[in-house]
Formats: sequence, structure tokens, C-alpha cells
Amino acid sequence: MKKTDVPMKRKINMRVLGRLISMLWHFYPVMIPVAILCIVFSAVTAAIPSFFLNEVTEVITESAQNGLGWDVAAQRVVPAVATLGGFYVVSLIAVTFETQLMARLTQSFLSKLRRRMFDGMQDLPIKYFDTHKHGDIMSHYTNDIDTIRQLVGQSIPTLIRAGVIVFSVFFIMLYFSIPLTLLLIVGVVFMFLVTKVFGGGSAKYFMLFQRSLGKQEGFVQEMMNGQKVIKVFCHEDACQKDFDKLNGELCENATRAHSYANMLGPIIMNIGNVLYVVLAVVGALLLVAGVPNPSIQAIFEGLAPVSVAIIVPFLGMAKQFTGNVNQVSQQINSIVMAMAGAERVFSLMDELAEMDEGYVTLVNARIEEDGKLTEASEHTGHWAWKHPHSDGSVTYQPLRGDVRLFDVDFAYEEGKTVLHDVSVYAEAGQKVAFVGATGAGKTTITNLINRFYDIADGKIRYDGININKIKKSDLRRSLGIVLQETNLFTGSVMDNIRYGKLDATDEECINAARLAGAHDFITRLPQGYETELSSNGANLSQGQRQLLAIARAAVADPPVLIMDEATSSIDTRTEAIVQKGMDALMKGRTVFVIAHRLSTVRNSDVIMVLDHGRIIERGNHEKLIAERGQYYQLYTGAFELE
Amino acid sequence: MWRKLAGSIREYKRPTVFTLLLMVGEALIETMIPFITATLLINPIQRDGENVDMMYIIGIGVLLIVMALVSLTCGGLGGLTCSRASAGFAKNLRHDIFERVQTFSFENIDRFSTSSLVTRMTTDVSNVQMSYMMLIRTAIRSPLMLVFSVVMSAVMGGWLAAIFAVVIPVLVFGLLLISRFAMPAFRRVFKKYDRLNESIEENVRAMRVVKGFSREEYEKEKFGRASDAIRDDFTKAERIVAINTPLMNFCMYFNMIAVLLLGSFMAINGIGGVEIGQISALLTYGMQILMSLMMLSMIYVMLTMSAESAKRICEVLNEVPAMQNPEHPVTEVADGSVDFEGVSFKYSKTAERAALEGIDLHIRAGQTVGIIGGTGSSKSTLVQLIPRLYDATEGTVKVGGKDVREYDISVLRDAVAMVLQKNLLFSGTIKENLRWGNPDATDEDMIEACRLAEAHSFIEAFPDGYDTVIEQGGTNVSGGQKQRLCIARALLKKPKILILDDSTSAVDTKTDAMIRAGFRSYIPETTKVIIAQRISSVQDADLILVMENGCIAAQGTHEALLAGSEIYREVYEQQTNGGDRNEEN
Repeated sequence: MKKTDVPMKRKINMRVLGRLISMLWHFYPVMIPVAILCIVFSAVTAAIPSFFLNEVTEVITESAQNGLGWDVAAQRVVPAVATLGGFYVVSLIAVTFETQLMARLTQSFLSKLRRRMFDGMQDLPIKYFDTHKHGDIMSHYTNDIDTIRQLVGQSIPTLIRAGVIVFSVFFIMLYFSIPLTLLLIVGVVFMFLVTKVFGGGSAKYFMLFQRSLGKQEGFVQEMMNGQKVIKVFCHEDACQKDFDKLNGELCENATRAHSYANMLGPIIMNIGNVLYVVLAVVGALLLVAGVPNPSIQAIFEGLAPVSVAIIVPFLGMAKQFTGNVNQVSQQINSIVMAMAGAERVFSLMDELAEMDEGYVTLVNARIEEDGKLTEASEHTGHWAWKHPHSDGSVTYQPLRGDVRLFDVDFAYEEGKTVLHDVSVYAEAGQKVAFVGATGAGKTTITNLINRFYDIADGKIRYDGININKIKKSDLRRSLGIVLQETNLFTGSVMDNIRYGKLDATDEECINAARLAGAHDFITRLPQGYETELSSNGANLSQGQRQLLAIARAAVADPPVLIMDEATSSIDTRTEAIVQKGMDALMKGRTVFVIAHRLSTVRNSDVIMVLDHGRIIERGNHEKLIAERGQYYQLYTGAFELE
Repeated sequence: MWRKLAGSIREYKRPTVFTLLLMVGEALIETMIPFITATLLINPIQRDGENVDMMYIIGIGVLLIVMALVSLTCGGLGGLTCSRASAGFAKNLRHDIFERVQTFSFENIDRFSTSSLVTRMTTDVSNVQMSYMMLIRTAIRSPLMLVFSVVMSAVMGGWLAAIFAVVIPVLVFGLLLISRFAMPAFRRVFKKYDRLNESIEENVRAMRVVKGFSREEYEKEKFGRASDAIRDDFTKAERIVAINTPLMNFCMYFNMIAVLLLGSFMAINGIGGVEIGQISALLTYGMQILMSLMMLSMIYVMLTMSAESAKRICEVLNEVPAMQNPEHPVTEVADGSVDFEGVSFKYSKTAERAALEGIDLHIRAGQTVGIIGGTGSSKSTLVQLIPRLYDATEGTVKVGGKDVREYDISVLRDAVAMVLQKNLLFSGTIKENLRWGNPDATDEDMIEACRLAEAHSFIEAFPDGYDTVIEQGGTNVSGGQKQRLCIARALLKKPKILILDDSTSAVDTKTDAMIRAGFRSYIPETTKVIIAQRISSVQDADLILVMENGCIAAQGTHEALLAGSEIYREVYEQQTNGGDRNEEN
């Protein structure tokens, strides 16, 4: 509930509704009509008893007047009731069938919807995730889906049922008595007016209510997060005061918003009661006065005075009519909410997937005796780029790990260039480091190499191939990345390492962990490699998480490695211990390193110093120190990083 | 548990009682209306042929309309009071939870995660609020309606009402059976559903990893499996609940058929004085009975569903603050001396490993003490015992010559300013943030503190200066700036002891040195305890502690440690020769 904004206007977006319904229809071309048929049948059944009530009442009245016995009456009563019973039995079967069907259909539809959203989301470019709050994305899966569940599972069936009942009852009422029906309609119009007034007020205050709810949640979030700081400053009372202020405001708005909604129900119901009474009184008066009763029935059977046999079922129908009108009015709120939810769900599904025009693929290769490359179906330890050509021929080229950027410009947003003329040449097996302040563009460069983002100008070549021609999944498979913010998955430690290579054996995973220097701490965990990690590895320290992330990259055995602050949380002493493993890991690979800690980058083949998106110095450690430039300043600690 | 929560109703007992009374009124009238309406119809028929009194009908009619209007007023007002009562109850609950959290010590805080506390104060309170609203609106109304309807139909229908003796048990039994099976199924599903959503969140957060390893298809498959499993479980649970509708319909239909058949039989045969009016009324009462039973079963389900939320709220309300003020607290801290005597510390009683062991340490007022050590060596734990953020498990910690447990907690914490490693600025202006240190600080005080923390110049450079608004989480200032603001905030307390827990890691060495130099000349009486990763931040301290595995491995001056401590020498060499002068984190 918390993130759904309540629209000010109670307007239903027909386009969205149409799309949702056509989707339902498309998924269940048989089940949907069957369900609707069932609903309509049971609704009609709910509407018709008045005929039978009318019949029975007539019989009773006549018996009373003419002194007929049960034997005679039974001839009319029993078949009538039996017919009704027959309707009921069929209706019960229909209702049971329909409700069971809808339970399945709703859940199955939601699952399909979720999977579509999720599948589509996997193919979205990184930009989507960088520009949308994760909480907002999540609320599509929770709040928005919930509103759709409400709609499909409840509102739509209720609406169809209530609609059919109202419609049928309306005609049956006309059949019995036109004046009484008109009287009822006047009352129902009044009910609608009241609903509109209250509904408007309710929507307005629900907005305010949601807003103060959000405000308070933000405050609570901040304070709970800063609870230790609050303690240290003995600030408890001041916080409580601020909280109470927001809390009071929230309470006021909640009271108002709920008041409207809570008053509407009983008021509508009691207007129904008033109507019921008015109808009874008017009916009784007409009865006594013996006024003729114009009705559809009268067209066939001639004008007759109002009788008890008409009023009794009519009163029942009046209750049914107003009750169902009330049901429809109560669904409107949830339909409006569901439309807003569905619109957001659709907007996620309509996001454009990441484009991939690459055709060069990465394949396992075998080196023949004559030095020629051929494709292999199994893992060989050698990789090759496979170029299909327009004439149908295929050429292979060994994967080496040579990455070069030529005069690259890039902007995340139009007009705000973050990289200017960046050229980097990383030969196979070299270690290239980027240093510079936060926002200088270090991470951006790595984002371009694996094509999380596409360059605006310039070119990037991988083993001499334009990276735009390489299939994205294959390009990324050849680049191992380890990020500062490590993300682990729920599952065992072993599963997490295996994420790098899904078919890796346990032994391969353990070797990778050894290489990354993670083996030691893993074996000390309660269940070793089988220890379950939960909520992003909350049971591990940040440094341990980073070691696992390194192991995960190691098992993938990529020719090129990108380490973005990968060791920032490992303290210097531990880093020195794992350094050997890290060196082993980097050996024979092209490595891009980003680090604040200059000891990590010192032994690089080339160090690039970035400043505001430009490379201002380049060279190895000794050269840069000798130049006494920015790098020297950073190194001696005269500048603040971050 | 429910009683504990009910303690938060307090001043909203009145609207609650009003709601209950109004609902009784509404229920009474609502059951009366069909009864009187029936007499309206019976009488004209009974007097058939005679001169029927029109005024009688109109009189009854007016009475009925007045009754309906009274019922409308009761219902409407009840809607108002129940909103007031439930919103107020929720307000008090949130207040109580927040208040309880404020009394938490660090030990308590560690037990609850931030997000779980937020959920308790938002979603869980909302659930309880909705249940409460339902409860006071229907808990009295529905049973009353039920009883009234049964009584009225017995009075009116006589033996005809015996039909309900069949219908009611069937419905009650059916509803009970359904909720008995449905509830555990739903509880299981909701847990799984939560886990599914967690896994989506995990996927979104780790999208760079997913894409980096080209694991999109793998993730889709994994999610598809999980989603299908949820679908199956949900369907199972929903299908149990879906039996409700046919069951309800069955009872309604049975009622209808039985009343029609038996009613006409009895009416025609003149048994039990059954008339048409009674048949009509019985049909209405039948609906009311079934509806109130349905409502009761809904309340039952809702209460059990929100029991989980109530339980979680009670967990917070029942949490006993681990630390209490002493009975006769000392209200003045004599000086900034700190003594640890045989101190050991465990984070929980059941922890196998002590976080601190056998700490003996004596710091004189005004000294500067540096602490270094690897991650997990319990540096932070050590200093957190000084302002009594945690209590030592064994031994005593003394400040100003007195056991910290003898002081009034706020007096102690005002005298001991601590800049936490995970420091935080709050949303608001810089000035507002600084005033956390001292609510009465003048502009001059703030500028002085900021000068000392080397923050004044960059604050001045902001367009709005000291009135610059800090965003939530302090995202609009750099790490180094944030740290310096946090130091200034602590300095405003004019503490006797100042503790910096790795608080200058993002500050460059030059500024770092300037801050320390400032401390030396402007606050010489204040004891300074500095935890750092950089040797350069501590090397000029009067005393340096080298921590390892919860023990003080070595202590002394820089020169003494270089000569005597292997660990210290190792770190020093690594940072100078190894090139790491600029240490982050």
C-alpha cells in the first residue's frame, strides 16, 4: 500500500483496462468465457426467485381467500419450488466450478505476469536500474501486483455478478410494477450522488494520508538507521518530539481518510433501508387503495391492482438491487487502484530491452596440429571468436584479451559529458589501473568496456574486433568483474562461487576460493562451503564478501578481469596475505583495476590518473612519481580522495 | 499479547466505546425494520374487506423512516468514531514502539535490524489498525445481529424458524473447517511470497553481477521455478477459501426453498399461524443471519492473520532495555581520565568468543591515545565501553575515576563525545545537524568547532553556508566532508573525552594532521582517543595501542612500538615503503 499513489481523480484508464483484459483473454481463451458464463448464470439465478416467491404468495393469498386446501395448492407450489431447486442445483455447480476456476486462474495469471515482468527486466539495460529506485521497482512486484490480484480475483467477478443481477432485477421489477421501479430508481440516483460526494472526499484525504504515511516512514527509516548516533548524543527526547508531531499529523489524516470510507458503507446501506421502507409504505397504500399497477406483466395479462404477491417479492428485489449497487460502488476504489498499478506494471514491461546487434560469438576452440583453430563442443581451455560472414563462411580468431579504447567520449545524460577523449591501450596480460577522485570517470570506463553503456563517440576494440559486433552475453562472459559493492545470492557459499561458472565442479570452486584467498575463512564457517548465506551474506564481514566475489570471478576464468574497488574493505594486513593469491589470479590476464588504495595499483603496468573525465597522467608508478604531478600528490596524501 | 497491545488504546477508549454503542443501536434498529414492515403488510390483508386505516399505514411508515434515519445516523457516526478510535490506537502504538526503541541500548539495537523496526512501525501497525477497525465495527454488531435475527425470526415465524436450526450449524461448521485449513496454508504461502520478493530485490540489486556473468537466462529460469511454486501453493490456499461462496450460496438457497415450501404448507394448512408477512420477514432475517456469520468468520480470519503483526510489535514493546540508570546517579564527571581494569566483553551471553579479553588500560586526562589493529580486532568495541554504549561483561571501566555504571547515562555521554565509525548526518541544515552536539550553541560556537574540525572553509564555500540543507544520508557532501562535520558536531559538546572511531579515513593526510594539531593546542585538557588505519594518524599520540583478537597486543609510543612490536612495525613498513600512505576505509 505504501508506495501506490492514489489518483486524485477517480478515473479509470480504459486503455490499460483493455490491455489487461485482452491479456487475460489471450492467456485463457477457454477458461475466461467459461468463468463468465458461470458467473452470469449464477447471477441470473440469484435474481429470479422473486418469480417463484410471487407464485407462492399468490397461491397462499388465493387459498386464504377461497379456502383451498394444501392438495390443490401443492399442484402449483411444488412444481414452482422444484423448478427453483433445479436452478439452484445447477447454479451451485456453476458457482463451485467458477470460484475454483477463478482461484486457479488468478494465481496462474499473476504468476505469468510476474514472470513476464521479471523476464523482461532481465533484458533491460543497466541504465534502467541506475535511473530507477530499487524500492520503486520492487513495488511493481508487490503493491502493483497485489492491486491486480484484487482486480482479477475479486473486483471483476463481483462487477460482472453485481452488474448482471442489477440488470436482471431491474427488468423483473419492471415486469412486476413500473411505478415502484421508478421510485426505486430515484432512490438509487440519490445513492450515487452520496457516493460521489463521499468518494471525492475520501480520495482527497487518502492522498494526504498516503503523503503523511510516506513522510513518517522516511523519518522512521532515518531515525532507526541513526539510532546509535541518537544514543551517543542523548537525543532521544528531541527525536520523540519530532516523531510525535509527524505521528499526530498522520493520525489526523488517517482519521479523515478512513472516516469518509467508513461512513459511506453504513450510509448507503441505510439509504437502502429507507428506500425499503418507503417502498413498503407506498406499496401498502397502493394495495389498500387498490390502484391499478402498470407493469410489463400487465401488457400480457391486463392491468390489475397491486397485490401482496407483487409487493413481497418486490421488497426482496429492492434490497437485492441496492445491495448490489452498493457492491459496485465499493469496487470502484479498488479498480482505480488496480488501473494505476497495472499502468506501472505495463510501463515496466514496455521498457525497451537492451539492444544487441552483435554477431561475433565466443566458442570453445581446439588448436589443431597445424595451428589452425576449430570449434569444439566441450570445454577445452581455449577460446576463440567466431565470425560468421555474409557469404556463409566462418572464421575463428583466438581470444587474447587485448582491449583498446580510442578517443572515447561518453555522457550518461545528454550534454553532460563525463569522459573526454579517453584512450587506453591494454595489451593482453597487462594490468591497467585507474586512479582519481570520485566522479572522475573510473567506473564509467569499465561500464563501457562490458557495454553496460554504449559510447557516444570513439571506438573500443577487443582483440581488434569492434565490441559492438560482439554478442553482449559473450563479451561479458569474457570479462570477469568484481565490484566494490559485493552482491551475493541466497544460497550456499559453494552456490555463490559457482555463479561464475554454472557447471564448475566442487573442486574447481574450492580451487578458485584458494586462489582468491577465501578458502581459509570459508573452512572456518560453521558448515564450510555449505554454509547458507542469507540477505546478501549479512553473516559475513564486508572483507569476506569481497573475497567471495573474487573467488566467483576466478572460477569463471575470464581472460580479462575488471576489479572496481574489489579489495577496498580488506584491511591492509589481510590484503598483503591475499596479495599472493591475487597476483596468481591476475597472472596471464588483462586486468583493469580501480582502487583508492594506491598500494593496490602500484605494481600496474600502466596507471591512468583521471580528473573530470580526462586522463591527465599516464605511466607506471616510477614514472609518475618522478613526474611529481597529481599522482605524486595523491600518493603522498596531500589530496583528498572521494 | 492482545492485552499488551490494548494498553495502547488509552484516550481512544471513548471513541471505541461510542462505536460499540452506536453499532448496537444500528443492529437493533436494522433487525426491527423487517419486523415492523411485515406488520405493515399483514395488517391490510388481515383486515381485507374491512375499512382499512390509511393513517395506520402512514403512521407505521413514518415510524419506519424515522428508524431508518436513526440507524443511518448511528451507522454514519459509528464510521466516524471507529476511524478516530483505530487511527488513534495506531498513533499510540507507533508512539509506544518509537518510545521503547529510544530506551534501547546498543545491545538491544543490535538485535533488531533497521528494516525490521521500520516494518513493525508501518506495515505491522497498519495491519493491527485495520483489524481493530473491523473488530470494533463488527465484533459486537455481527453477533448481536445474529442473536436478534434468530430471536425475531423465532418470534415471528414460530416453528418455521426451525429451518435456521439446520442452516446455522451447517454454515458455522463449514466456515470453521475452511478457516482451519486455509489459515496455515496462507501463512506458509505468505512466508514463501516474502522470500520470492526478497529474491527479486536481490536480483535487482545484483543486476551488474547478473549481467556481468551473462546470467540473465539462469535467473529467469530460477525465478520461473520459484514463481510457479508460489502459484501452486497460492492456488491451493485460495481454492480452500473459494469454497466459502458455494457454501454460503447453498445455505441461502436451502433457506429459500425451505421457507417457500414449508411456509406455504404451513400457511395454507393454518399451522403455527404462518402468514405471508412472516415468510417475507424470514427470508430477510435469513440473509441477515448468514451475513453476520460470514462477517464473524472474516473477523476470525483477519485477527489470526494480524496476529503475526501483533506478535512482532509485542517483541519490541516487551524488549527490556539492557541498560538502566543507577538509583543514585553521579551527575558530574570529574575529569577525562579513563581506566579499564580487567575488562572482558562478550556481545551476547552465548557468544563463544569474547570480543575483548583482559583489558587493563590507564589513560590520564588530556592524553592523546591512538589505537590501531586489523578488522575484527575489537578496536571499536573497546572504545564503545567508555561512554557505556555497552556494559563490560567482566571488570570495570572507569571515567574520571568512577565506574561508568555509577553515572547518570546522559551525563556520562555528554562528557564523552564519540564520533562513530558508521557516522550519520540527518536531513536538515548543517546548523541543525551541528546543534545535535549542543542545542543552545551560538553561531560563534559552531564556527569555532568547525574551524577546529577543518570544516569551516568548505562550509563557507557552499552557497548557503551553514544553512546548506543536508540530504537524507548526507549524500550531497563528500565522505571527507561528512566526517569533518561529524567531528565538529561532537566537538560542540565540549566533551572531557573525545573518541574518533576511524573518523578521518576519508580526510586527506594533510587536513588530518591539521585537525590533530588543532586538538593539541585548543583542547589540551580533553582526552582524545583516536582509532585509525593510517599509522600517520596516530604516530604522534602519547600512547598507541595495538589491538589484535580482542587483546592489547602492545602499547607504547611510536618509537617504542617500532622497536618492540612486530605487528606495528609490519603495518608501518607496509604503509610507508609499501606505498600505502593514503588509506581508505
